[in-house]
Amino acid sequence: MSILVILIPVALGLGLIGLLAFLWSLKSGQYKDLDGDAWRALNDESDEKPSRR
Amino acid sequence: MSCCVSKEAYQPPETEMPEGYPTRDEVLFASTNVGDGLVETHIFVPGMHCGGCLAAVEKAMAAIPCVKHARVNLSSKRLVLHWTRQDANPRAVLDALTNLGYQAHLDDGSGAGKDKTLSRLLFSLAVAGFAAANVMLLSVSIWSGAEGATRDMFHWISALIAIPAVAYAGQPFFRPAFRALRGGHLTMDVPISLAVLLALGMSLYETSIQGENAYFDASITLLFFLLIGRVLDHVMRERARGAVASLGRMAPSGATVISDDGSRDWVPLDAVAPGMNLFVAPGQYLPVDGVVVAGGGEVDCAIATGESDPVPAAPGKSFPAGALAIGAPIVLRATRSARQSFLAEMVSMLEAAESAKPAFRRLSDRAAAIYAPMVHLAALLTFIGWVVATGDWHRAVYTAIAVLIITCPCALGLAVPIVQVVAAGRLARNGILLSDGAALEKLAQTDRVLFDKTGTLTTGHPTIRDGVNHNPKILRLAGSVALASRHPYSRALVTACEGLNLAPAQESWDSLREEPGKGVEAIRDGVCYRLGKASWALKETVVECQDRVVFSRDGKALDFYSFEETVREGAPETVTWLQAQGFSPELVSGDSAAKVRMIADSLGISVAQGDMSPADKIARIQSLQASGHRVLMVGDGINDAPALNAADASIAPSTASDVGRRASGFVFLSNSLDAVRMAIAVSRQARTLIYQNFGLAIVYNLVAVPIAVAGFATPLVAAIAMSGSSCVVIANAMRLNLISFSGKPQRKTAWQKNPLKRRMSAKIAGEVG
Repeated sequence: MSILVILIPVALGLGLIGLLAFLWSLKSGQYKDLDGDAWRALNDESDEKPSRR
Repeated sequence: MSCCVSKEAYQPPETEMPEGYPTRDEVLFASTNVGDGLVETHIFVPGMHCGGCLAAVEKAMAAIPCVKHARVNLSSKRLVLHWTRQDANPRAVLDALTNLGYQAHLDDGSGAGKDKTLSRLLFSLAVAGFAAANVMLLSVSIWSGAEGATRDMFHWISALIAIPAVAYAGQPFFRPAFRALRGGHLTMDVPISLAVLLALGMSLYETSIQGENAYFDASITLLFFLLIGRVLDHVMRERARGAVASLGRMAPSGATVISDDGSRDWVPLDAVAPGMNLFVAPGQYLPVDGVVVAGGGEVDCAIATGESDPVPAAPGKSFPAGALAIGAPIVLRATRSARQSFLAEMVSMLEAAESAKPAFRRLSDRAAAIYAPMVHLAALLTFIGWVVATGDWHRAVYTAIAVLIITCPCALGLAVPIVQVVAAGRLARNGILLSDGAALEKLAQTDRVLFDKTGTLTTGHPTIRDGVNHNPKILRLAGSVALASRHPYSRALVTACEGLNLAPAQESWDSLREEPGKGVEAIRDGVCYRLGKASWALKETVVECQDRVVFSRDGKALDFYSFEETVREGAPETVTWLQAQGFSPELVSGDSAAKVRMIADSLGISVAQGDMSPADKIARIQSLQASGHRVLMVGDGINDAPALNAADASIAPSTASDVGRRASGFVFLSNSLDAVRMAIAVSRQARTLIYQNFGLAIVYNLVAVPIAVAGFATPLVAAIAMSGSSCVVIANAMRLNLISFSGKPQRKTAWQKNPLKRRMSAKIAGEVG
């Protein structure tokens, strides 16, 4: 059972990374224009960065 | 803020602005500084819906030199522009958008702004999701057979994750629940908070005594599911509020004041005092009530009072705020300040109507009022029952809390918002915006419809009567003269020519000028053509053609044109459908009785009344309400606003007055009145789905509660039951997207099975096709 000492922190750590990644994407405006960004991905002329505002 | 427009920089609009365009001052007033000397302007373009629109709009913006940077947000349908205050040329942008075929509205910032509540809710949701996933992971290990010290350790780790997560993510429920309890009533938040907190407390106790069952996973997944419902509810309400608010103000936010030395200054509306002389450009709305001092054009009161014919703007005549100047600029002496003007009068009437209306209770609140006491009673009875039966206090408390967890209104909390979000999305794709989160529920109850005439059943743009019976050659010539003017009648002539494939050409006139309030004069080779009033265009006045437009050559009549109101697209079908559905539509209008009668007869509406004041309209609604009906009001004018608010539900076209749009629950962007039919059908379907979802939740409780009362609700059972019921409710709501609401019903509805009504529906379908 000593493997749990490693596995549980690993599991929690991975979850935490996921949480932080989501919060970061939320703050950096990646959910501001889901419809528009979906189209922009297909458009060669468009810039790749999400809108900050 | 009037300082941001200096006297030197101000230029009165040289050319006539198209109707409803904001002035340059208003655009700059609504813009915000973003540094580097740039200002940011938001423009709401509701017509954009795909990547093609996005690319086309951004490309068009890139071609305008004054625009430094332009970016479209397709989700919020907004165009964000960066430009400098000096170079900004809103006219070019709006023209470009109009040329692409989009309606554009200046977003004055009232609808935008950072949504703090939403980001708070999303953060809570993220935290709850993280905690739920991890606690569930540990719980699955326990259910798979972890025992002894391992189980205790897992419980302690779960507690370590769950306690801070609940403390943070549960606040959107705990605070309102506390407020509700202090106010002495029960909302859905109370059983939610109780279940979450008690489950957490009991699990902690169980963990500390090294017990077998802990409900950490239940308490945090509950929060997670309920937060999804809360986020959806919030997003829909905010989007509804924002969308209609940003359709742009039609009424000016300020006025151009002419001071004694003749200089002109733009001042905000509140600073306009009675006695000031105001300059109103053609195509602009009067900012306050006033008397005309100078001006030769006409004033269109359609949006203010419902009168469909323009009135000459003769000096000494007074007009209400919100009327539209056409043809020529007007100098207006303000007779009342903005706070006392016609518009403000309507707003106070609207508020009075609001307070007279019985308070509307949302379905979810009504469900909570029944559900919450029942849940608490069930838990209490379980507790008493177990104490009496076994005398085991620990067991009794434990089972009672399990009942609370199982009955926690998880599916109920999702049942309403998820259906409403799906319904709102469905409506938005068809160009119908909600301005009130409860509008769908309100609309579903209605069984009577009142229509306004001008601008609602009719388009507000006149058309030429019997266009085909006129001499096409002369009509074409008249059309090319009419091109010089933006008067509604001139535009109707041009449209009529285009409709008959007689596209009026830009003829080479020696001179072509518009005489405001009279007509258009065109001279070629010494021959003078005049299009306009009989008294002006003809040498000898002909008495019987007072309200007709005359086209004359050297004072001799070539042809007479009379005009009628255009019935809005889809209006006959909608009225027929409403009659078939038992709504018995009525017409209430401020226009003259004869005109109202004419439109009513052409649409087959039997009950129609003209010359109605706003108070009369309210009285009609209230008398219907008194006889037990729920009334839907469809209207657009400033004079309709109090009635829109007094009715149980209301719909307005996007061309409606600001106050009318704000007072109504739905705003439709399309030109067709079919939107009314669509809105009613979707709202009723949504109500059916909500009831089905309530039914599902009740069935779930009927199955799960006895299990919990009997003491068999282990954490595993609770987890499966709760997620299962939530998934069923969500799946049921999604069905709304599969149901067809097109003009030709594809499904056999109850009314189609009736042969008489089926014929009627076939007739409607035929007319649509």
